[in-house]
Amino acid sequence: MRAPVLTFTDHGIYCPAGDFFVDPWRPVERALITHGHADHARSGMGSYLSTDAAAPVLRHRLGEITLDTVAFGETRRIGGASVSFHPAGHVPGSAQIRVEVDGEVWVVSGDYKTVPDGLSEPFEPVRCHAFISECTFGLPVFRWRPQAELATEIAAWWRDSVAAGRTPILGAYSLGKAQRLLSLLDPAQGPILTHGAVENTTQVLRDQGYGLPETVPVTPETKAKDHPGALVLCPPSAIGSAWSRRFGTLSTGFASGWMQLRGVRRRRAADRGFVISDHADWDGLNSAIAETGAERLFVTHGYTEIFSRWLQDRGLDAQIVPTEFEGETLEAEAS
Amino acid sequence: MKRFARLFTRIDQTTKTNVKVAALAEYLAEAPEDDRLWTVALFSGRRPKRAVTTTRLREWAAERAGLPLWLFEEAYPIVGDLAETIALILPPPSGTSDLSLTHWIHALTELSQQPEEARKAAVLAAWDQLDTTERFLFNKLLTGGFRIGISQKLMTRALAQATGRDEAELAHRLMGDWTPATTSWEALITSDDPVARDSRPYPFYLAYALEDRPDSLGPPSDWHAEWKWDGIRGQLILRGGQHFTWSRGEELMTDRFPELARALDFLPDGVVLDGEILAWAGGQPLPFNALQKRIGRKSVPKALLTEAPVILYAYDLLEQDAEDLRALPFADRRARLEALVSDLPADAPIRLSPTIAFDDWETLATLRTNARDHQSEGLMLKRLDSPYLAGRKKGDWWKWKLDPLTIDAVMIYAQSGHGRRANLFTDFTFAVWKGNDLVPFTKAYSGLTDAEFRQITAWVRKNTQQRFGPVRQVTPEHVFEIAFEGIQASPRHKSGVALRFPRMARWRKDKPVQEANTFEDLQAMLELYG
Repeated sequence: MRAPVLTFTDHGIYCPAGDFFVDPWRPVERALITHGHADHARSGMGSYLSTDAAAPVLRHRLGEITLDTVAFGETRRIGGASVSFHPAGHVPGSAQIRVEVDGEVWVVSGDYKTVPDGLSEPFEPVRCHAFISECTFGLPVFRWRPQAELATEIAAWWRDSVAAGRTPILGAYSLGKAQRLLSLLDPAQGPILTHGAVENTTQVLRDQGYGLPETVPVTPETKAKDHPGALVLCPPSAIGSAWSRRFGTLSTGFASGWMQLRGVRRRRAADRGFVISDHADWDGLNSAIAETGAERLFVTHGYTEIFSRWLQDRGLDAQIVPTEFEGETLEAEAS
Repeated sequence: MKRFARLFTRIDQTTKTNVKVAALAEYLAEAPEDDRLWTVALFSGRRPKRAVTTTRLREWAAERAGLPLWLFEEAYPIVGDLAETIALILPPPSGTSDLSLTHWIHALTELSQQPEEARKAAVLAAWDQLDTTERFLFNKLLTGGFRIGISQKLMTRALAQATGRDEAELAHRLMGDWTPATTSWEALITSDDPVARDSRPYPFYLAYALEDRPDSLGPPSDWHAEWKWDGIRGQLILRGGQHFTWSRGEELMTDRFPELARALDFLPDGVVLDGEILAWAGGQPLPFNALQKRIGRKSVPKALLTEAPVILYAYDLLEQDAEDLRALPFADRRARLEALVSDLPADAPIRLSPTIAFDDWETLATLRTNARDHQSEGLMLKRLDSPYLAGRKKGDWWKWKLDPLTIDAVMIYAQSGHGRRANLFTDFTFAVWKGNDLVPFTKAYSGLTDAEFRQITAWVRKNTQQRFGPVRQVTPEHVFEIAFEGIQASPRHKSGVALRFPRMARWRKDKPVQEANTFEDLQAMLELYG
């Protein structure tokens, strides 16, 4: 029996034939990075390889790094392995990584969603023998509604809040979710004020050519009354902080897949929870797995025990990948 | 259902009370009369009879979704609510329905008469024409427990806004033993119906707990003190030659306590007494568990009537000569009460809860320490010039309870909570040492801060030894001080004891697990206080 294409180590996913790691969580010599979120792209690696599209955000977040890039679909030979990056549809620039050794193909999904969001390069299924899939929302209670419905809902909330004399303030991750929301908002409805963390990443992506509406960065001098009818976009942690008090009476909203659960919404004590996620929902995970045609499955990040048992029930060879980083779990949401 | 679902969505989409109340008031002004009536019923804790067991609902939902039952059961504790889990897990509906809330409730009521196959077909058909929110509400109606962010008090306020009627009057009207099947909007809210009026209790006035000593309450001469009794708070109504007994939970308990019927022989008509229903023997109250045997029963066998006869220990007079006395100062009401009941013969089922005389707070504090000798759980303080208000209001009535009993126990099992507390471990089982074994003796769910619950949750995840469904056995490592109000022998519990109101008073991070209390300590407490 030949050696596996990828193995699971205490530093992360490792390819012996190419002597590299994928999204490692401890410093290693050579790291292939799926996308710029902090639990996938960490500092301290000897060298980095990512897509051209992911590179500006990586440089922005990690500073001076040795970074090599490839185009989506371009094959690169590393030692005994051939690697290529394929769109994951998670955030702008995000990729799945395909690794082929002696004709055997493994794919690391990174984070992904199967439905196009109009901004990220749309998910492409990649045929493979083994698929390492995230399953953040690997429960059948998670099913996302069409994005257009969410856009209508958010627009109505913006309008109603302003009419009621409140400032709508929307909490979302600075990379990916915030820009997706921006692309769903209609700037004709009013000014869009952004928190520094959101604005910085937005500017990086704007410079790359992603189509994003005009925003007004919030500075210490910003006053709510100078921007009547505005909506504020910020990281979730900024809501309720001293920073958010300058906007007067607020109507608070959070945009996250976890908002599907009423208990989480209530715990957040937000006025509104918008169910919008950059991860695949239950149907998305199942269809993506089916389309890879993979004989072996490894699940990571999320409800791994339940999801692997579900796959095993359906006659698939599924195992759990041990990981130190649980990403966007409900526990992280709760804490 | 669509209108009701819109109402729910508006209530659920805000954290602001006045917005919730305004949404409900608008609904109560506009919705069809039968839907309005049912909405008032639901938000005052009345609900249709359960037509389907939750076991069947889970099976049908999993089957309809094409998922194995185990997967449904795994998802349920993560969602934290059964009605919601079902609503989310089902495939999208194939149609829509414009049928009203009342229609669906009637359909459910009729279901309970049908064979199981018909019930299943009806539930599946309903699911297939309701959207996610409507399904959630339909499932809530099916499973009971209709708590969705509007208290009875807020509902009454909304009803007052919608009808232009006085809130206190409406609170009074909503008391009692009605359902939408036995009344109408007109009879309940707007008309003057003498029969309904006769049986109607007054909203109970509830005391706040006094956390510190009463010195801050002002001069002792402004206050009346009496023992706080551990029974069932009740109102005894004598009107139109009939009697009605109500519990604080607005349950009509007339038939459970037939002894109180004899009050009609001793007291005039047009009287309402507020007091404590207590099991009574040999001139003093019996412990609460004697009364407990009477609570679960709709009718009472003879033996129990002799073993644990009840009386009303009266402490307030709310109505006399058919006149509402609630606006009078407490001192006046008390004087009238004493004149009315203090000279009753020994076989009358009414006694006067005695006044405790005191000149200064120090004396009272000393007396309080003897409360257990009087079968009491502390003191009540009532301002002499206070009217009888409705609900829990701060200022005029205080309960100054004894410090609870406590025992240091080891956490051995943990289970996650529901709703807002799903995904946090909040339900724990505690044990004491018996030799080298840990004997479980109580569960507790409350008393920790949110931060502490998060901390213990993280710890439980890392220290799970074994899982039994949703229950996790954890490493016996953490000691908690369990506070409780009473202890009784109980053959139904493995430990042989049952605690009253157990909760976590403190997380004893300072205490090693070996130093938790023992089974012998528990037995000693049972001897002393049981």
